Amino acid sequence: MSVWDFIITNAPALAIAVPLLGAFLTPLIYRAGRKTALIWVLSVLSFTEFLALLLVYLVNTYGIQVYVFGGNPSTLVIPPDSRGIPIRIIFTVDGMSAFTALISSTIGLVAGIYSVASEKGRGAQDKFFALLLLLVVGMMGMALTGDIFNFFVFLEINSLSAAALVSYRIHGGKAVEAAFKYAVVSSIGALMILFAIAILYGEYDALNMAMIAERMYQTGFSTMDIIAMALIVVTLAMKCGAVPMHYWVPDGYGEAPGEISAMIMVASQASLYGLFRMCFTVFGLSANTHSLGWFLIILGLLSMFIGVTMAFLQHDIKRLMAYHSVSQTGYMLLGVGVGLATLGTSAFNQYGLFAMEGGIFHILNNMLYKGLLFLTAGAIIYRVGTSDLNKMGGLAHSMKFTAIFYLIGALAIAGIPPFNGFVSKLMIYESVYQLNPFLAVVAAIVSMLTLASFLKVFHSAFMGPKLYNVKEVPKSMLIAMGILSFFIVLFGIFPNIAMTYLVAPAAHALADPVGYITRVLGGGP
Amino acid sequence: MIFNAPFISVMILVIFGLYAMVFRRNLIKVVIGLDIVESAVNLFMVSLGYVKNGIAPIYTNSPGGAMVLPTPQALTLTSIVIGVATSAMLLSFCILIYRYYGTLDTRKVRRLRE
Repeated sequence: MSVWDFIITNAPALAIAVPLLGAFLTPLIYRAGRKTALIWVLSVLSFTEFLALLLVYLVNTYGIQVYVFGGNPSTLVIPPDSRGIPIRIIFTVDGMSAFTALISSTIGLVAGIYSVASEKGRGAQDKFFALLLLLVVGMMGMALTGDIFNFFVFLEINSLSAAALVSYRIHGGKAVEAAFKYAVVSSIGALMILFAIAILYGEYDALNMAMIAERMYQTGFSTMDIIAMALIVVTLAMKCGAVPMHYWVPDGYGEAPGEISAMIMVASQASLYGLFRMCFTVFGLSANTHSLGWFLIILGLLSMFIGVTMAFLQHDIKRLMAYHSVSQTGYMLLGVGVGLATLGTSAFNQYGLFAMEGGIFHILNNMLYKGLLFLTAGAIIYRVGTSDLNKMGGLAHSMKFTAIFYLIGALAIAGIPPFNGFVSKLMIYESVYQLNPFLAVVAAIVSMLTLASFLKVFHSAFMGPKLYNVKEVPKSMLIAMGILSFFIVLFGIFPNIAMTYLVAPAAHALADPVGYITRVLGGGP
Repeated sequence: MIFNAPFISVMILVIFGLYAMVFRRNLIKVVIGLDIVESAVNLFMVSLGYVKNGIAPIYTNSPGGAMVLPTPQALTLTSIVIGVATSAMLLSFCILIYRYYGTLDTRKVRRLRE
């Protein structure tokens, strides 16, 4: 068997194993010098990115990929002596998983490139890069796994490494305070998910998502299922930063270094993926998807509106952007919530699927422009040394590229036509309008408020007389911002590239729980 | 009735833990509250897999008879390991906060709000 065959057969496992081993080897390699370690970290991240792209290709070409750890062959889900139960840990990669894995590894790679210069000269960088790789592992694992307990483990890896990275710049204790808050909130949330997993295990004697969904469908939706569902849905909504459980977001995003804010933002999108996976695949067949969908829609509306209005009050650039990510999460919840509310009815084919595609496209776009905005905020703080908007001004004189990148990100997040935010927002407006016109009205108003808020930031940070005699940021930071800007423009002008290869397969995979279960178990309901 | 005792104690422990996390003002006590909730969840998982008069699920030299379920025990072990990591990290945050603020009182650890 050649190396290429080996990579193709084991791609889902390698996508976790490569960054995991890479993370633990980083402190060791760092002893050979910073340059060697950076080459190592960046090549591990690039290889992970390649594996994620390979997974997208495999899923688009051959359908859902199933990988059984320790299975011989690795596609043997139900061994003959297991009485019909998938006993091993199984990775199930469908369109949505591959999509989430791709955005996770992309932001990891971009953050890696960015931190080459932005963290230069700081202490404990070997641990910093090890934790950065572990955060990628956590996100990728949450996306790829088909086992509910495994999901919990990766959620914990994700939370722990993210909390440690938030506290990386101690900042007079403020960053540690934010990290403490983040860690406590994540841990209690993860414990509630573990509680729900124990309930589901006690009821259905299985940990595989497909098996649980099938048995739940056969025995009907019980009271214990409602408790488990409430625990899981509320916790994951909290982890993805939806109002009213958003209080940790501004602290956590605000105190982390710029590239880490971008990564944690994507880590909360991985929780959003978990929320969608649970709602559609695990509970979708048995629960009342109409009310569950409306629950997501209401969370989305609250997040959109409260996020953007709170952002107006902020004078700290990172906290302001953090409130905007709460607001953007609302769009995704709204889009996919409309899909969930109409699942199984004739309305789903009329506009529900389109709304889901809009919501999922918005996840990709948000990763690009929100990541870019956090990186520009990091660049400003890197040069100016303060995150207070009132103390900034006139930066466009000396930091021209950063100003241009900021403007691209700000126009994209506001949904101005040549950029990608316009496409997904238009898709959301057009489809949710048909469920209830009020939803589209709120979404459009929030979009305008977002534009106003980012123009305010542009004005106070970049315009005006020259206050600081600073240079442009180093090349590696510009390259990282340039990569994201390139894709923003690309997906704004040619949205069909992303739609065909990433978004549509993801939406179809989420909307088809029966296909998922049938692929894993071979029989299905 | 005695058979439900583990589940009742799980609920009581969860409530105690959450109470400590919400109402105690010392950050270390918040961490202790989190650990209590974690122990409650672990107890819940172990008691789910309990079989009356069951023995440890080891097949080698087994005397025969009913065995308790091994999977919840494996899950609990994993959860304990993760819990140790979480507590260690939270307590090291406490050390850092004490070093920079000189206190662990939640009413005074509020520089983010300024």
